[in-house]
Amino acid sequence: MLDISHISKTFNPGMITEKVALIDVSLHLAPGEFVTVIGGNGAGKSTLMNSIAGTFPVDKGTISIDDEDITDWPEHRRAKYIGRVFQDPMMGTAANMMIEENLEIASRRNRRPNLSWSSKKEDKEKFQSMLASLHLGLEDRLESKVGLLSGGQRQALTLLMATLADPKLLLLDEHTAALDPKTAAQVLKITTSIVAERHLTTLMITHNMRDALACGNRLIMMYGGKILIDVKDREKKKLTVKDLLLMFEKAAGSELGDDSLLLS
Amino acid sequence: MLELAIPTLSQGLLWSILAIGVYITFRVLDIADLTVEGSFPLGAATAAKLLTEGYDPITSVFVACLAGMAAGIVTGILTTKLKIPALLAGILTMIALYSVNLRIMGKANLSLLRMDTIFTLAGFISDDPQNVALFVGIVSTAVLALLCYWFFGTEIGSAIRATGANPRMIRANGINTDNTIILGLLISNGLVSISGALIGQANGFADVGMGVGTIVIGLASVIIGEVLFGTRTFWRCLLSVVLGSIVYRVVIAIVLALGMPPNDLKLFTAILVALALSMPLIQAKFKAMRKAGE
Ligand SMILES: Nc1ncnc2c1ncn2[C@@H]1O[C@H](COP(=O)(O)OP(=O)(O)O)[C@@H](O)[C@H]1O
Ligand SMILES: [Mg+2]
Repeated sequence: MLDISHISKTFNPGMITEKVALIDVSLHLAPGEFVTVIGGNGAGKSTLMNSIAGTFPVDKGTISIDDEDITDWPEHRRAKYIGRVFQDPMMGTAANMMIEENLEIASRRNRRPNLSWSSKKEDKEKFQSMLASLHLGLEDRLESKVGLLSGGQRQALTLLMATLADPKLLLLDEHTAALDPKTAAQVLKITTSIVAERHLTTLMITHNMRDALACGNRLIMMYGGKILIDVKDREKKKLTVKDLLLMFEKAAGSELGDDSLLLS
Repeated sequence: MLELAIPTLSQGLLWSILAIGVYITFRVLDIADLTVEGSFPLGAATAAKLLTEGYDPITSVFVACLAGMAAGIVTGILTTKLKIPALLAGILTMIALYSVNLRIMGKANLSLLRMDTIFTLAGFISDDPQNVALFVGIVSTAVLALLCYWFFGTEIGSAIRATGANPRMIRANGINTDNTIILGLLISNGLVSISGALIGQANGFADVGMGVGTIVIGLASVIIGEVLFGTRTFWRCLLSVVLGSIVYRVVIAIVLALGMPPNDLKLFTAILVALALSMPLIQAKFKAMRKAGE
C-alpha cells in the first residue's frame, strides 16, 4: 500500500541552522493497517508525515502508494490519495466559509473542480447524516461559518473532510494534542470508529503513549530521525507503557551509547 | 448639491467595478495587489486606442478586459511560479504597465472627444447624458456583480475563496494554489480594466497617470462598504462593496462642496483608509483601556 524506501531529509543544508530530520527511513504499510507513531519532540515524526504528504521534497529515497511512485508529485496532487488532519484545529478548515462549503471542497478532493454550482442539494442530506454521527450537534449547522466552532468540533469536521473522498491513506499529526482531555478522547473515539468502519490505512502521530498502545494494530517509535521500534499485532497488544519505555531505552541506548534519554 | 446626485451615483457605480476587483484580491485572496494602478489605465488606454481606431465600444471594453486579465496573469506568475512576494510582484507589473500604456496610446493622453463611446451607444435611453451614464453604470455593475456571484459560487470559485482563507487546507484538498491565485488575479484585474475603460470613456479621455491612487480608492470603497453594510454572505459582500463605492463618491462630493481643494483628495482618501485599516487595533486598545479603567 504505502512504500517508503530509504528517505532522508535535512532542513537548511549547509547553513548554521542545518537540521537532519530523517535518516534513511524505510516503512511499508499493508492495506488497512492502522499505525500509531510516537517519539519525543524533534524525533522526525511530522517530517515523515509531511514527506509522505509532499509538503516538501525529500533529499533521497522514494515514496509510492499502491505501486505508483509519488516522490515527485506536488502536494496537491498527492491529496487525491491522502487525507490529512493537522495538530492545529485552524489548519484543516477554512474559517470564514460555511461547514457545508468546507465539506463540498473535501468531497471533490480526488477530482478537478469545475464550473458547476459548488453547493449541491443532493449532498446536503449526506452531510447532515455524517455530521449527526459525530454527536457534536453540527447536523443543523451546515450554514454556520466554521470559525464559530470549537477546536474539538473543528478537528472532528476536519476528520470527516479528510475521509470524505475515500483516501487511500489517512495521516493524523497529533490531531488531538491541542484539545482538552475530554474533547481529545471524544475526537479519538470518532477517529477509531471511522478508521475501523472504512478500513482506512492510517498513520497517526500521538504524544500519548496510552493512546498509541490502545489504538491501531501497529506501533512505531521514532528517535533522531530514525524508526527505532516497530511492533505489530499480537506483540503490540500485550505491550504496556513500561515495556515501551524499556524498549526505547534499550534501542536508543545502543543507538547512541548512552541511556540518559527521556521521552517527552 | 442635489444636481450632483445622479453624476455622483453613476461615478460610484462605474468605480464600484474597480472596487469589486480590489475586493477579490484584498479580501478573497488576501493579497494587496498593486497591479490595479497599472491595469486601470491599461483598460482606459486599450479602449481609447481601439475607439480611435474605429472599433465599436463593446469590443473595446471587451479587449480592455482581456488586457487587464493578461496583466493579472503576469503578476500571478511572478508571485506563484517565481515566488516574488505578492506586493512586489504587483508593483513590478504596475511599473511595467506604465511603459506598456504609453506604447498603446503612443502618447500620455488620448482624447475621446466627439468619438462614439459606450455612452453614445446607450444614448437611446435618454437625451440627458447624466441619465445615460447612470444607465451604463447600473447595467455594467449589475451584470458584472452577478457574474462574480455566480463564479465564486461554483466549484472553481469556491476553491479560490478557500485559497485566500487557508492555502494549506485547500492544498490538502487537492487544489493547486498557484492556479487559484493566478485565476483570482486574472479576474480581479479584468474587472479593474473594465472599470478603467468605462471611466475613461465617461471622462472623455485616457491618461497614463489616471491609475495613481486607484488601489486606495478601491480599498476605501471595500472598507466603507464592509463597515456600513456588513459581510454576512458573499452576495452581501459584493453588494457592500458596490454601496461602499457609492458612499465614497458621496463623501468626496460633500468634502469638495465644503471647500476642500481637489488637490488634497488623495491625501484625504489615504488618511481615511489608514484610519479604517487601523480600526481593529484602535478598538482593541480602547476596550483594553476601558477595562483597565474599571
Ligand atoms: N520546516 C523546517 N525547517 C527547519 N527545520 C525543521 C523544519 N521542520 C522540522 N524541522 C526540524 O526537524 C526536526 C524534526 O522535526 P519534526 O519532524 O517536526 O519532529 P516531531 O517528531 O516533533 O514532529 C526538528 O529538529 C525540527 O526542528
Ligand atoms: Mg510534530
